[in-house]
Amino acid sequence: MKSPSEVAADRQGRAGATELDRLVAWLDERTGMAGVARHALRKVFPDHWSFLLGEVALFCYVVLVATGVFLTFFFAADTRPVTYDGPYAPMRGAQVSAAFDSVMRLSFEVRAGLLMRQIHHWAALVFVAAIVVHVSRIFFTGAFRRPREINWLIGVGILLLALVAGLTGYSLPDDLLSGTGLRITYSAAFAIPFLGPWLAYLIFGGEFPTAELIGRFYVFHIMLIPALMIGGITVHLLILWIQKHTQFPGGRAAETNVVGRHFWPGQVFRSTGLFFLTAAILALLGGLVQVNPVWVYGPFIPYAVSSPAQPDWYLGWLEGLLRLGPNWEPTILGVTIPSPFLPAIIVPGIIFTGFALWPFIEARLSGDHSEHHILQWPWQAPARLAIGSAALTLFVVLTIAGGNDVLAVFLHVGVEELTGVLRILAFVAPIVVGLTAYRLAVERRRQDEGEG
Amino acid sequence: MSEQRVRQPSTRSRMELVVAALFGITALCGVGLLVVYILGGQTQVEGILLAIALGSLGIGVVIWAQDLMITPVVVEERGSPASAPDAAEELEATIEEEEGFTRRRLLVGMLLAAFAGLAAALAVPALSLGPAPGRELFTTGWRSGKRLVDASGTPIRAADIAVDGIVTVFPDGDAGSADSQTLLIRVPPELLKLDPSRAAWAPEGYVAYSKICTHAGCPVGLYRAAERMLICPCHQSTFDVLTGAKPVFGPAGRPLPQLPIHLDPDGTFVADGDFPEPVGPSFWNMTS
Repeated sequence: MKSPSEVAADRQGRAGATELDRLVAWLDERTGMAGVARHALRKVFPDHWSFLLGEVALFCYVVLVATGVFLTFFFAADTRPVTYDGPYAPMRGAQVSAAFDSVMRLSFEVRAGLLMRQIHHWAALVFVAAIVVHVSRIFFTGAFRRPREINWLIGVGILLLALVAGLTGYSLPDDLLSGTGLRITYSAAFAIPFLGPWLAYLIFGGEFPTAELIGRFYVFHIMLIPALMIGGITVHLLILWIQKHTQFPGGRAAETNVVGRHFWPGQVFRSTGLFFLTAAILALLGGLVQVNPVWVYGPFIPYAVSSPAQPDWYLGWLEGLLRLGPNWEPTILGVTIPSPFLPAIIVPGIIFTGFALWPFIEARLSGDHSEHHILQWPWQAPARLAIGSAALTLFVVLTIAGGNDVLAVFLHVGVEELTGVLRILAFVAPIVVGLTAYRLAVERRRQDEGEG
Repeated sequence: MSEQRVRQPSTRSRMELVVAALFGITALCGVGLLVVYILGGQTQVEGILLAIALGSLGIGVVIWAQDLMITPVVVEERGSPASAPDAAEELEATIEEEEGFTRRRLLVGMLLAAFAGLAAALAVPALSLGPAPGRELFTTGWRSGKRLVDASGTPIRAADIAVDGIVTVFPDGDAGSADSQTLLIRVPPELLKLDPSRAAWAPEGYVAYSKICTHAGCPVGLYRAAERMLICPCHQSTFDVLTGAKPVFGPAGRPLPQLPIHLDPDGTFVADGDFPEPVGPSFWNMTS
């Protein structure tokens, strides 16, 4: 009987042993991973284009980290005033912060700096979009049902982190537009009952605007949030791996099996191709489509404001909520309830809580607590479809409201009238769309049952 | 899910050439990018070259996977993610395996209390991140006797402001300050309908309001002189200058605080104190 090392030596010494043989043997002797690795490479993944949406988000994150690391080498998280004397003539001689100055240098003097900056910003925009489309797919097909509730919660957490990463990231250049956004964020925090101003002071380091702000947001943006996100993404993928992917009904698919292709080589190649294609689109956008031109907005000045001022797309609905909010500000028994309390604290709080707890809410309402690995088509669950479409409709109306000033100019109507219409639409449109979706789904389900 | 189509050998060999050509394009674009960089760089060209390099590689890899590889559809048993029932029980037994205690519940309870206390203790240093707001929220840089100056620190003269003119002012020595920014507006005095107790705060029709919106803190930067309305560009809160900056439209819930001022004999303006209410966004304990 030969010892394992002698067997391995035989394998390596065998005539015709390739480099790969030797590498695998070398690794296996030290880790014993050959069996596990083979099992992993043979893992079966179902095919459907919609299963790639989450991958697009993941690949955007990779691009974000890569371009972000490049940007950190040039960015100065410093609010001390300097005089701009770079090549951008309209701003020469202006008093700007060192942070703004470093972003100007990145954009105009560092070779490939503007490309990296714009790819980074575009990747952030597409990242959140991919997450939103991915989570919509998960929602409408019921992929969050038992046993996948944990991954739903982690996914919601990653989405929230992505929103904060976006806000802290586009605030770093210390320009007038993002400064306006920070001022609104700071003020919205004031509406939190009693603790509001104190929390705002903790986060911002004092009364807005503070000298610490940019340095602090830099730490949030490049350290705390990405670290939490990497943790979240890792567990998200690990659970996906352990639970095995869901699949659509039809063909040989059953609750007890997985029908698809092996992880290696097919799925790995496909995903690698998708990564390069995602990166290619981001490179094209970053090279050709201007985004966040801070030299147009100018540096942050506390008593000036940029107009029109719209945030990046994924925060537009919160801005819309603030714009549509009522002007109620009662003082009861010496306690003032600030007017942003309802639109900035209560409504987003309800929306995010309902969103995060949806798998549990649905299980409670439907009484369905059993395990599901076969997905549903959206019309197979009419009530869920109705609620999801109503929520997306509300998101669209609120996002439009976040640009009501721009839209009013475009439509040649008064912003007052438009706001009135949007206030009504925010209630009516989701209900109409939800009920319509419900009716259509019920109809479709009846047809399917008739055929079956 | 459709079974994979297996290509004819002639098609396959053509596909192989296509993939090889695509990889070649990537290599060439990489070289091209280097050349552009050395020549001084050009954002658009860099973006296009990088996109073609990545795109060719991506398309090549996808064609390889879709058309050259044989990747059959296979069926794998799923199994439940849960362990066998006795495994879970054994795990529980293992976790709780411990003997010789008589006051186990007490110890576990106190251990949890210790952890909670430690967590609170470790969170304490985080309080250093920001001072407590205290009275700072109720005060600005305005004091009785402070002269009104513009952003460059130059005193404002009454004669420099035309009727329906508007200027951003600061307390002398604090030009550009964020929480003291104030709007000085000149309106025909007979139109003003201020509260009688504040009528004297607007000498000769010059009236001063905090520039910080009481809704979300943006500078109220727009003035519609014809209607004498101040408009916040962020959320369109609209304030009526003639009636003490009361909100007439939009989400703001209270007027812009008014600054008491008087006109000095030398033609400049002087504040008669701080704003009577907190400036900027409201907060729950602001009336305390």
